Amino acid sequence: MRFRFVLAEIVHGFRRNASMIGAVILVTFVSLSAVGAALMLQIEVDRVKGEWYDKVEVSIYLCPDDPVDQGNCAGGPVTADQMRAVSDRLKSAEMEPYVEQIYEQTAQSVYDEYLERYGGTYLGEQITVEFFGPIIHVSLKDPDKFQVVTDAVSTMPGVLQAVDQSQLFDTLFDLLAKVRLAALAVAGVLALAAILLITTTIRLSALSRRRETGIMRLVGASNLFIQLPFMLEGAVAALLGSVLAVGTLWGVTRFWLSDWVEQNFTLIQGSVNAMDALVVAPWLVVAAVVLAGVSSALTLRRFTRV
Amino acid sequence: MIRFDNVTKVYARGARPALDHVSLEIPRSEFCFLVGASGSGKSTMLSIVLREEHITAGKAFVLGADLSQMPQRRIPRFRRQIGSVFQDFRLLERKSVFDNVAFAMQVIGRPRHAIMRTVPDVLDLVGLAGKEKRSPHELSGGEQQRVAIARAVVNRPQILLADEPTGNLDPRTSEGIMAVLERVNQTGTTVVMATHDVGLVDQAQHRVVELVEGRVVRDEASGYYGREV
Repeated sequence: MRFRFVLAEIVHGFRRNASMIGAVILVTFVSLSAVGAALMLQIEVDRVKGEWYDKVEVSIYLCPDDPVDQGNCAGGPVTADQMRAVSDRLKSAEMEPYVEQIYEQTAQSVYDEYLERYGGTYLGEQITVEFFGPIIHVSLKDPDKFQVVTDAVSTMPGVLQAVDQSQLFDTLFDLLAKVRLAALAVAGVLALAAILLITTTIRLSALSRRRETGIMRLVGASNLFIQLPFMLEGAVAALLGSVLAVGTLWGVTRFWLSDWVEQNFTLIQGSVNAMDALVVAPWLVVAAVVLAGVSSALTLRRFTRV
Repeated sequence: MIRFDNVTKVYARGARPALDHVSLEIPRSEFCFLVGASGSGKSTMLSIVLREEHITAGKAFVLGADLSQMPQRRIPRFRRQIGSVFQDFRLLERKSVFDNVAFAMQVIGRPRHAIMRTVPDVLDLVGLAGKEKRSPHELSGGEQQRVAIARAVVNRPQILLADEPTGNLDPRTSEGIMAVLERVNQTGTTVVMATHDVGLVDQAQHRVVELVEGRVVRDEASGYYGREV
């Protein structure tokens, strides 16, 4: 009886307040989408970091056949002895606390990888294998200690350049962090708007039902029973907003973003996943309930007191 | 049932008290008229009994409870034992007669079968049998007030407060409403009725308490509206 009564009250409130309820749904939808996007971005960043920080931190480029006037390449292409010397240095006891693993890649294999990516293009046709030297990839025990490794080998003969690859990612991560911050700021402002809107909606709803609530008070309905329909009205609207947000995040990631990332960022392929939308979904729903709860608490105390 | 000991009520600091040291006792099953000019404190008295207003000084006991000691959370349960009727009926326009009365039971969580059983009985008591499905706007003023009375008594309150229930009705209709209130009183419910209706009071021969500027100036067991009548 009570449940049906409350349900009927909510449906009635929705009908009477349709445009306000619509506004609440839309604002919570956009606000929670921004929150969700920020959360998902964090998940992606963590995943890319996890995959790549461990794989390659420092790449040591050795001198190619084609003469270059940089690094320690004045003596021409790297020799087998020089290469072994660099390897031995990396495997030495001195480097042992920093170096996890090393992997040598021949000039030919570097060239092949290059062709794979740029083979059909103008750049691919201009460049020949002579432009590439072998690379020694080094994975680190502590990614932050790359400096020790690069310092150790960068002055050795036959070394063109020792590059901390994570620096390349850091630029990307930096950008993503800024995007995330912007999304959170937007989400914050919109959350405030959502609270104000829900507050106003509940207030209007309570005013338009003053006679009902007045009678309820007179015949001794409990506070909770009087306030429940209003609270649920706000909560249901906010929940609908959160469901829309989850759906949108999922759809955008699934049908648009992951393809786009696959095509444009070869390095982080497969890291953007629509399932992440479902990972953040519970948080968005909780956020919606909190939004509605705060708003109800702000309003109802004043408008439906016994 | 209702006891006021030196009750004073001041709405705004410095203003004249709405009730000024009122002492009064209304026993169980009594029918009591409150008479007096507008602003004499009749409505304030009813609001205090219903615990809508706090008293400023003195002690008020209703149904054995000390109103100034009653915590907020006890108020709803307390009010279930008191019914109220007003001059303006306060019916819900979008609900039928039956639903208006049932509303009072629904909102305190009474089960459906109890509602289906009780509401027709109460509508019968107030003389509205057969009009369950009407909307309030299809009813006359007197009939609307009967619906309001039915709603007020459907939860079997021990006290019925009526604040000028006949204020909007013609004399004939008023007599009908009075008859309904008498019937409610005969079921054992204490009825306190604030009114300006000289004819009804004189005819009914119940207890009359007259208020002037917040003070009880007359309290007669079987009285008339005014001494000069």
